[in-house]
Amino acid sequence: MITLTINGQVHELDAPEDMPLLWGIRDLAGYNGTKYGCGIGACGACTVHVDGVAQRSCLLTLGDVAGSNVTTIEGLSEDGEHRVQVAWRDLNVPQCGFCQAGQIMQAASLLAENPNPTDEEILDGMSGNICRCGCYQRIVAAVRHAATDI
Amino acid sequence: MLQYIQAVAGAAPVIVRPVSRRLFLKSATASGLALAAFPAAAFETYPTGGLEMPGGLATDPLVFVSIDGEGTVTIVTHRSEMGQGARTSLPMVVADELDADWSRVVIEQAVGDHDRYGNQNTDGSRSLRHHIQTMRQMGAAVRRMLVEAAAERWGVAPDGVEVGLHALTNRASGETIDFGAVAEAAMARPVPAFETLSFKDPADFRYIGRGEIGITDLRDITTGEAVYGADVVLDGMLTAVIARPPVVGGTVKSFDPSAALAVGGVREVIELPAPPSPYAFMPLGGIAVVADNTWAAIKGRDALIIDWDDGPNAGYDSAAFRAEMERIAKEPGTVKREQGDPDAAFASAARTFEREYYQAHMAHAPMEPPVAVAHVSDGKAEIWAPTQNPGGMRGDVATVLGLDPANVTVNVTLLGGGFGRKSKGDFGLEAAMIAREVGVPVRVQWTREDDIRHSFMHTVSLERIEVALDENDKVTGWRHNSVAPTILSTFVPGATGQFPIENGMGHVDMPFDIPNIRCDNGEVEAHARIGWWRAVSNVPRAWAVQSLAAELAVELGRDQKDMLLELIGEPRVIDPAASGFPEDFWNYGEVYDEYPIDTGRLRNVVEIAAAESGWGQALPAGEGLGLAVHRSFVSYVAVAARVKMVGELITVPEMHIAIDCGFAANPERIRSQMEGSAVMGMTLALHSAITYREGRVEQSNYTDYEMVLADNFPADVHTHIVEHPFSVHAAGVGEPGVPPVAPAIGNALFNASGKRVRDLPIGATV
Repeated sequence: MITLTINGQVHELDAPEDMPLLWGIRDLAGYNGTKYGCGIGACGACTVHVDGVAQRSCLLTLGDVAGSNVTTIEGLSEDGEHRVQVAWRDLNVPQCGFCQAGQIMQAASLLAENPNPTDEEILDGMSGNICRCGCYQRIVAAVRHAATDI
Repeated sequence: MLQYIQAVAGAAPVIVRPVSRRLFLKSATASGLALAAFPAAAFETYPTGGLEMPGGLATDPLVFVSIDGEGTVTIVTHRSEMGQGARTSLPMVVADELDADWSRVVIEQAVGDHDRYGNQNTDGSRSLRHHIQTMRQMGAAVRRMLVEAAAERWGVAPDGVEVGLHALTNRASGETIDFGAVAEAAMARPVPAFETLSFKDPADFRYIGRGEIGITDLRDITTGEAVYGADVVLDGMLTAVIARPPVVGGTVKSFDPSAALAVGGVREVIELPAPPSPYAFMPLGGIAVVADNTWAAIKGRDALIIDWDDGPNAGYDSAAFRAEMERIAKEPGTVKREQGDPDAAFASAARTFEREYYQAHMAHAPMEPPVAVAHVSDGKAEIWAPTQNPGGMRGDVATVLGLDPANVTVNVTLLGGGFGRKSKGDFGLEAAMIAREVGVPVRVQWTREDDIRHSFMHTVSLERIEVALDENDKVTGWRHNSVAPTILSTFVPGATGQFPIENGMGHVDMPFDIPNIRCDNGEVEAHARIGWWRAVSNVPRAWAVQSLAAELAVELGRDQKDMLLELIGEPRVIDPAASGFPEDFWNYGEVYDEYPIDTGRLRNVVEIAAAESGWGQALPAGEGLGLAVHRSFVSYVAVAARVKMVGELITVPEMHIAIDCGFAANPERIRSQMEGSAVMGMTLALHSAITYREGRVEQSNYTDYEMVLADNFPADVHTHIVEHPFSVHAAGVGEPGVPPVAPAIGNALFNASGKRVRDLPIGATV
């Protein structure tokens, strides 16, 4: 039994320690906003916050995060009004939307660490998250918008 | 005017076969029908290929629209949402003609049932093109029903009722009521016939053409509530992961499930049958590991010991196949278009110019790999899947499971990208077959490696083009041999010749004004499952034709834009018969006279993209502009890309995309599609290659099948939409942005670096 906190709630997961956090979040804890895209940390679709920092949940095992505080897209804000979420809506960013939870969690972590990133810091910070639909132009603009306007 | 859509009171939606305008008028006169039987509406209807699709077009507003007593308007959307905006743009059209307040509209996704909803196969850039007229019709019909109900309530004539935003006003008394107040009476009224409807003047549109509304699922996507295929969870559901034959056509010789069954959480190991021939959309077979959760299934699959028989494609080798295509391309192929006398033109040429362009296989790699949930019990099957083609999946599941289609329900989730991959129902079939076997609901999850290795691949191609020039450097002859394994081989085993749909994508419809033209196909066998991939054969054809146009300009010392316009020639509508097009010329399924090839529109987008990009300006060393234009999905798109070399690294700091897609229903989503096309086009230009060795795909994941990322993407994409009235028929948007991007980048790369690349992908550096 592995104990961790997800979105402020304590979960006891009956799972082997080597199960990736991603599958614990989705299949056992039932938070489906976090997506599977590659399983090897190459796409960022599964990005969550572990103790406040963006991490690829497919690369961490449940054993790694026992006792940690995990935040998924469902827990980013109580009302869906985190400035990054608002910025995403202001610019109508998504196309298919599948990668966007990971993009938003990455951006929120970036802005938490660096409230006024330069353009280069935004590009660097977001360059591990693939968007196959190709929303990068709006993603980058939305991060800037969240940082400067909201 | 032509009436092809009609709804008769109390009757099922009527599907009328498409006829050309000319044919209809002739037959109408012959049968004594007066044209006056169809009084003018606010728009003149026109036939589209939608009438030819399975299920055709539906026009019964009672199927698509309901209004409750609170005034909430529910609009059904029957097309799949994969990022192109169908769940927003189609209901938006209904809401506009209905004068509904968008904030009080709820969108409901239809299950797969094309007899009820009309065609649902969401590919081919057809959703708005085929359904914008029927959406207008249904919105106008419901508005008319509301007016009649209000008129009855007030005891006035219908023209005594004025429609406002979600409200009805009695002109005489000034009383205003909400739609909800008469909703029940309105929706119980007979559906008015098409000819009694009045349509909005486009100047009065609230939403159509304005592009001011956010996408339907925007809030759910940003809060994690949006439901994609893997997010469907049923009680007692198990998860399956499948080991598929590594070579297409391979089979299981023997397997040992014991180690897999020893993995905690693994319930069952099931052998799936090898696919029948032709494969079509059937699963590939293999061994399924069914487990309590995804991780257990993945670990179980890793533990399987399988001895494969690799079958007839075990020797497929991309390098050797390329050499074979190059050999075949130099020999005459099967002629598909012949105009003038190309042999004479080449025989008498002052000089000739030949080039070969290559493109590797590609996988679609949508962010959401294929996934489906199925429950099969009591002679019924229910599927939940991110499918582009719920009608097709429903039919295939019914056939494979031996069920009446009436007992098969396909629920459509959001799609985490589609790009043509998810129009094939194989993943839903896998879930249904396994669910029937285990008796409880089952989710089949493809891993990324499964997706990259077992896709229905974009073909591999060799396009050889020769031009003949006279003593004045005028192009007098054009020969284009297109060599590529055909999609048809997936449906007809052993097929080697490309078919009209492939020929129609930038090959026989090549629009240059050259007197002598031959387009042929050198025939080759397929050794992979070939499928359609966003824009399909247009991608290699635009790459070849548009690269060649720029190369020819360089060869002749001409400006590349001037050369391109000279090749296109004067503004004109191309006459297919006089231009030697084949009898079976495929115009994206559209009646040619309704969507002809208009070189004036082609020229216009070139001029716009060039002007907006500052074509002709001096650029710093290491930078270059490149131009390309292509008509596909009956739209015209030109791209001007600026390439900037950073050392050896190719970057694309700016792109101008000019699109003429006829009437632009939702400019905001047109822009997002062009921005996305720029990224997907740059990805395929630089990175996308699936290669085979010993029959096996050599790539596995995003590490070796790379995507453009935020650190190097076309950062500043400007979309320029040609404005048209509704009478210029809405055309495709989802796909036509992609083909011209790679040649624009290739041409810009040459102008920036002096390096001409003829193979796709180019690579990240040169």
